[in-house]
Amino acid sequence: MFYREAGDFKTNYADDNQTFPIRFDRYRYYAVMLFAFGAVPFLINDYWVNAIFLPFLIYAIAAIGLNILVGYCGQVSLGTGGFMAVGAYACYKLMTAFPEISIFIHVLLAGGVTALVGVLFGLPSLRIKGFYLAVATLAAQFFLVWLFNRVPWFYNYSASGQISAPERTVFGIAVTGPNTTAWAPYLFCLVILTLLALVARNLTRGMQGRKWMAIRDMDIAAEIIGVNPLKAKLSAFAVSSFFIGVAGALFFSVYLGAVEVGEAFGINQSFLVLFMIIIGGLGSIFGSFAGAAFLVLMPVLLKNVLVGGLGWPTDIAAHLEFLIVGALIIVFLIAEPHGLAQLWRVAKEKLRLWPFPH
Amino acid sequence: MKLKFASMALGAVMAAAPAMADLVFPSLSYRTGPYAAGGIPFADGYADYFTLLNERDGGIGGVPARLLECETGYNTQKGVECYESTKGEGALVYQPLSTGITYQLIPKATADDIPIHSMGYGRTSAANGEVFSHVFNYPGNYWNGASGAINYLLEANGGDLSGKKIALVYHNSAYGKEPIRTLEELQKKHGYELSLLPVDHPGQEQKSQWLQIRREKPDFVLMWGWGVMNQVAVQEAANIRFPMENFIGIWWSGAEHDVLPAGDKANGYKALTFHNVGRDFPIFDDIQKYVVDTGKAAGAGDQIGNVLYNRGMYAAMLAAEAAKTAQEIHGTGEITASQMRDGMEALQIDEAKMAALGMPNFGPAFDVSCQNHGGPGLVGVTQWDAANKTWSLISDFAATDGEVIGALVAEDSAAYAAENNIEAGCK
Repeated sequence: MFYREAGDFKTNYADDNQTFPIRFDRYRYYAVMLFAFGAVPFLINDYWVNAIFLPFLIYAIAAIGLNILVGYCGQVSLGTGGFMAVGAYACYKLMTAFPEISIFIHVLLAGGVTALVGVLFGLPSLRIKGFYLAVATLAAQFFLVWLFNRVPWFYNYSASGQISAPERTVFGIAVTGPNTTAWAPYLFCLVILTLLALVARNLTRGMQGRKWMAIRDMDIAAEIIGVNPLKAKLSAFAVSSFFIGVAGALFFSVYLGAVEVGEAFGINQSFLVLFMIIIGGLGSIFGSFAGAAFLVLMPVLLKNVLVGGLGWPTDIAAHLEFLIVGALIIVFLIAEPHGLAQLWRVAKEKLRLWPFPH
Repeated sequence: MKLKFASMALGAVMAAAPAMADLVFPSLSYRTGPYAAGGIPFADGYADYFTLLNERDGGIGGVPARLLECETGYNTQKGVECYESTKGEGALVYQPLSTGITYQLIPKATADDIPIHSMGYGRTSAANGEVFSHVFNYPGNYWNGASGAINYLLEANGGDLSGKKIALVYHNSAYGKEPIRTLEELQKKHGYELSLLPVDHPGQEQKSQWLQIRREKPDFVLMWGWGVMNQVAVQEAANIRFPMENFIGIWWSGAEHDVLPAGDKANGYKALTFHNVGRDFPIFDDIQKYVVDTGKAAGAGDQIGNVLYNRGMYAAMLAAEAAKTAQEIHGTGEITASQMRDGMEALQIDEAKMAALGMPNFGPAFDVSCQNHGGPGLVGVTQWDAANKTWSLISDFAATDGEVIGALVAEDSAAYAAENNIEAGCK
């Protein structure tokens, strides 16, 4: 009934190749975009931005980045936290060295720096695969965190080793620092997320994405049909690290405002983003959003229900949160091992046939 | 998916609608995670003191106090969430009990006109009230602690530390790095040798650090540890038979749960403090009568009289006294966060006041002023008696090296002011 191609005629190739070829799907997408850009900025306050939307948007960027590497190219990475730290510190150094340049450019440049670092740590992927590669990227995680703790140049020789984001503006409106209005950082992150998601979507369904998927499915076969593993793997590392670097830069500058590398970008962060894409669905852009939403919003929601709604003690609520989120992860993965994205796909198939089951 | 969650969360937030006409004290506590051992007694003490005020006096100046507890897990992201979710309820003062969260809240709370009291933690240079208008860290800070430890060692060694070796075992974070600069400055002055041994979060793995201590044989070991790191360090020190009386922890490394696991071997371990320890104060009778016996004690109720419980209670007492001061200044019972800030800046704690509260000689007497948000910085030393399982104060609250610390505070706060375009000065 809903997701039907029937009656949705295309008269040229461009229409046929668009991201959402089904009309209903396309309108739904427009509606979400309209709501996100047109309605949300007027409705939110500081709590909504800082506790819910900013972490969701930023983790969505990181999850898309990691999904490109793990989900599309099949290279397991546990270095996400470290790469986010590279983005954050690159952004900090750029922000403080060139205060007059727009923060938007700094964030993208920070992504670029991270891409270079990612390529460097991606080099071992040419020789090793699977678990062994995971260990190599784990080394990157620990090395990068150690480096930012050890070398005072990265944190401008501050006494505590903390980096904190000074106020920076886009078109004269503050998006970092304490004096922001709620909608400014939200829109800033949303614009970046939208741009990057479009890039990711089009990369993964084009030539480059097919090369990555060929490498993922069987690297020897891919090589035989003419995919250069060096280029494919390193480009996946570069693009993925770019996304993760941008996420790290936003995480530091817009969301937290002050970070300490070991605490904010530790191994937990790597696992969190990895869990997001596993729960959301490997090899799916929608899955990255769904996974990020699940792991960012569930704890906040549970906390509000248990502590705010039911008035339980905070420690019991915190422990229950772990239990419930953990149980839900297991339930979802048993119900659908391919993640929330697969649930969504199945739901779409069902809707397509509805109300006639056959 | 996103919308569904959002609307559900919205419902949950709406359910907890703010109730006005009381004094809201948020408690960003942590009763879970690797730092819970220290977080629980502090949070209990903080909560019990306000319960006592409500039960015994009907609140502060006749207005009931309401405690808003929010679990941070010592995690900065959750700290942000807690801050945002509690500030809308009219929060008067934040005490996050985490240096990382304090760093994050300093600019935010200043912009929102809400004071922060980081008692004995946080950004040390916040003692300079001309730059940090909304941040208070009286009655003592880390640099006082570092200097206090060195002064104590000086005294124990006849005023001369030249040629002695001092090792600093520290939590590798903003918190643990705080004393380094002071210790380096004091090194120039007193001529000891300083070696730095960082321990990474959460601090369960310290074998290599203590192996190094065993090899280098420092005369004294100082520690800036927190949570599970403390007990591991005390145990490791016992394992290499390091003389415990030469091992001094900061005030966050000197509670019962830090030394109990090591048993008798921990006997003689020392820790700094800026308030008194033990249960020997009249206020504990009131707490027993109004809080424990009525079944209103926070948490499991088994922490009363512990070092960190006393500290939580002390923090609550200072907050309540500042609220009283603010009520007097502004002539209103229901103060706002901005008025609370004025109260904190005009806070005066003297012996008579503490005795009237049932806490005689509990902490130093001090006055806060606009220039000095840091208090007097008096530091005492406590020692653990493993046989009786008690901490006892073994020195007076002594003054620290104001000359060295003052210069460092001025330098660091000037750097902050320049970074953030703050014009130093009193309003």
